[in-house]
Amino acid sequence: MNGPSATIGDAVDDTMILITGISVVLLAIITGLMLYFTYRYSRKRHPVAEEVGTSILLEVTWTIIPVLIVMGMFWAGYKSFREMRDAPEDALQVTVIGRMWDWSFEYANGKKSDRLVVPLDQPVRLQLKSLDVNHSFYIPAFRIKEDVVPGGNTYLWFKPQSTGPADIFCAEYCGERHSYMMSEVVVVPQEQFDVWYQSDSAELPETKAWIDAEAAAAQAPSDTDEALSALHKYGCVTCHSLDGTGNKLGPTLKGVFGKEVTVMVDGKEISVTADEAYLKQSITQPAAALVKGFENLMPPPAGMGPDEIDLVIGYIKELK
Amino acid sequence: MSNTADPVSYLDYQGRHKGILGWILSTDHKRIGILYMISMLSFFGVGVILGLLMRIELLMPGMTIVTPRVYNSLFTLHGMIMIFLFIIPGLPAVFGNFFLPLQIGAEDVAFPRLNLASWWIYMLGAAVALTSLFVGGGAPDTGWTFYVPYSVRSGTNVTLAVTGAFILGFSSILTGINFITTIHRLRAPGMSFTRMPLFVWTLYSTAWIQILATPVLAITLLLVIAERTLGLGLFDPAKGGDPILYQHLFWIYSHPAVYIMILPGMGVVSEIIPTFARKDIFGYKAIAISSLLIAFVGYLVWGHHMFTSGISDTARWIFSLLTFLVAIPSGIKIFNWVATLYKGSIDLRPPFLFTLTFIFLFSIGGLTGLVTGALATDVHVHDTYFVVGHFHYVMFGGTGMAFLAALLYWWPKMFGIMYNEKWIWRSWAFIFVGFNMLYFPMLIQGWMGHPRRYYDYVPRFHATHIVATVGSWVLVTGLLIFAITLFRSFKSRVPAPSNPWGGRTLEWTTTSPPPLLNFTQIPTVTRGPYEPAPTPTGGETS
Ligand code: HEC
Ligand code: HEM
Ligand SMILES: [Cu+2]
Ligand SMILES: [Cu+2]
Repeated sequence: MNGPSATIGDAVDDTMILITGISVVLLAIITGLMLYFTYRYSRKRHPVAEEVGTSILLEVTWTIIPVLIVMGMFWAGYKSFREMRDAPEDALQVTVIGRMWDWSFEYANGKKSDRLVVPLDQPVRLQLKSLDVNHSFYIPAFRIKEDVVPGGNTYLWFKPQSTGPADIFCAEYCGERHSYMMSEVVVVPQEQFDVWYQSDSAELPETKAWIDAEAAAAQAPSDTDEALSALHKYGCVTCHSLDGTGNKLGPTLKGVFGKEVTVMVDGKEISVTADEAYLKQSITQPAAALVKGFENLMPPPAGMGPDEIDLVIGYIKELK
Repeated sequence: MSNTADPVSYLDYQGRHKGILGWILSTDHKRIGILYMISMLSFFGVGVILGLLMRIELLMPGMTIVTPRVYNSLFTLHGMIMIFLFIIPGLPAVFGNFFLPLQIGAEDVAFPRLNLASWWIYMLGAAVALTSLFVGGGAPDTGWTFYVPYSVRSGTNVTLAVTGAFILGFSSILTGINFITTIHRLRAPGMSFTRMPLFVWTLYSTAWIQILATPVLAITLLLVIAERTLGLGLFDPAKGGDPILYQHLFWIYSHPAVYIMILPGMGVVSEIIPTFARKDIFGYKAIAISSLLIAFVGYLVWGHHMFTSGISDTARWIFSLLTFLVAIPSGIKIFNWVATLYKGSIDLRPPFLFTLTFIFLFSIGGLTGLVTGALATDVHVHDTYFVVGHFHYVMFGGTGMAFLAALLYWWPKMFGIMYNEKWIWRSWAFIFVGFNMLYFPMLIQGWMGHPRRYYDYVPRFHATHIVATVGSWVLVTGLLIFAITLFRSFKSRVPAPSNPWGGRTLEWTTTSPPPLLNFTQIPTVTRGPYEPAPTPTGGETS
């Protein structure tokens, strides 16, 4: 696996090497003896079996030695696990919000993002929250995972030790698009993180020019930016594409405005023009009129204010 | 053995009913065993086909043959069928039914009618579970574990599927009661507990787990149904409930159930090894006691399925510690089996070949279990393909291979005919190679971080998926050759002697196939199960 790693990962890998190493030796002994006896004492070479009786000494030996071995394994696993649980006080706090089927991240200063940007060498503590069913927050490259349970209050922490992006997966089955519930953790140098953290953009600062542009934009966030961030924040983009492609659960939002749409109302098909009122209804009461060919899957956006709805509608109108 | 004409075999015996009714209404434990065998192997076939479909879907990233929703139903049904219809009832219902009375010198089980009722309940449960495929909201898509809150929210037929599993539990409980009573009450004169064959010991341990653990599952499943229909809110945090409570309840049954699956397989292996080594088993008492220990300690480790669920850190390390302890009795069994081979006189025939395969594959399953038992490593591999690889090594490589070994070992006794051994060897080569191609890559994928129950995956997992899918084709080719070889034995009808392998337990003293009441005369037992028979008629002094 390329990309960044975290300090705890090394301890986990050492435990794995220890357990696997011992296991390979045990497997070799068992299989080797089994095959050797089958060969050496085959009926051809050894026509009459000899009774050897049982041996208490042997039974005790091969009980005690494995007990010692597995206790060693237990201890190795426990030791690295302890490290995994003791988050330092000064860790950067991030709240992870899981829902069907995306991740979002909220930082202490209120910044929201759909990927986890963190500074190098700085411990990060993740507080895990679910809005619907069980999920599990998993960063394979860091060797950490914890379930995200509704009503639960689980956490994780890690300290990245090299930069780069790595996958975030959902590891607890959560329905249809479970395997697409992915995101990214991006480890960046502290200075880059600081600029990103203070800006309103989700993009990472790459160059000086970008930073200047960001700084200007930060002063006057445009409607488009705010609408886009609302579309991300309320999970709309998990089900709707903005570029006209149709491989998601809901219809694309590109070009709907002004289009003739066939919808099902109380089981009957009718045709309507997608005007502002229609868009408003589609968002606030999705079940009232279902676009033909799609299922009743869209949740009414919890907590979305009227301003945000207007912003989003304004944005959709422009999306041609 | 008898100098008069052999008594009518149970296959030819004409009872009150003719034809198929003579089977599905028969209370003969042998016929019931065969009924279970036919139904179970059919379900197993369906499960394998679902597995193959999943593997084809995973051959390429993105959509290959089915949509995400269908894929999710595929692994749910595959898991449900394999667990509830095949591997949990498996060995006890088929070979336990057939051979428990024969091995302890009894004419039948203690409650023959209850035994038949158990089969009917099993079929009813299976029918209800499978109906969920075809009606209403469509096949369930929750995974065989039915975790809340998803299982409460899913629009699919979860209620029906769960009801099916609930009904199947009763079949399991009734069989358990029947076996325990049979073992306590119907042993032949002279057969003390320490003279019982080891397969009987494992059936005994298993039966206790069935009786004591299955009700917990029944309650849990009822609660899921109640949540779905009445919305009680027991598992719903918005109403003061807790979704983790469900996981505790589920695994309090389902971990012991893992031992329901594997113990009888260990029993089969303990029968086959002394027979083909022509030798008394090494450490009879150690093996027998370790079965009871597994059954008991197995109750205390359910939390190892929940190391990342958010239970307290203290609970996590206690469960980890206990999990490592429960590995010991399994290890003891393996050492004793291998020691039995020492100075034996070994005949490498098909049942023994599959037994060696069991030991190898099950060892891999057990050793990978140590990785999932240790806290730090489990956090990484939990709910990944590592676990999928691990449990296929244990259940398929372990219990599945033991099932095939048992078929080969007892086939001559059950049907009075021999099969073509050469073709079984050929099928074995495919099965062995295919199995490892299919499941070993999963261990690697899991370590690389591939979560399980994934319809789609990122490109770095592609190569290992290709190997696994090709492996599934090799494996199924082997299984087909195996099945065809056994089928063809009905055509060629090479008669089997009463004791083709030189076995020393009681089932080999009667004719092949046995008469309706098993023995012309109830035997009297004067020796341990694997000690040579005192008279030279045993057919093993060569
Ligand atoms: C769980 C998936 C999902 C999410 C999340 C979701 N939608 Fe939808 N949406 C759908 C589906 C499916 C339809 C079509 C059925 C219907 O009309 O309800 C739809 C329909 C619509 C329509 C009507 C489109 C047309 O072609 O007529 C609009 C507008 C819309 N959604 C906007 C939004 C907005 C804004 C959000 C975020 C607040 C959002 N959706 C979140 C699934 C989703
Ligand atoms: C040819 C035979 C088989 C194939 C090809 C196969 C394939 C698979 C695959 C690919 C998965 C993983 C699905 C996923 O996580 O996305 C799976 C899951 C599973 N398999 Fe198998 N399998 C086979 C035989 C068996 C047997 C014999 C058993 C039981 C004894 C079994 C029990 C299970 C269970 C319990 C699951 C978990 C289902 C879930 O996640 O809910 N399988 N199988
Ligand atoms: Cu998920
Ligand atoms: Cu378990």
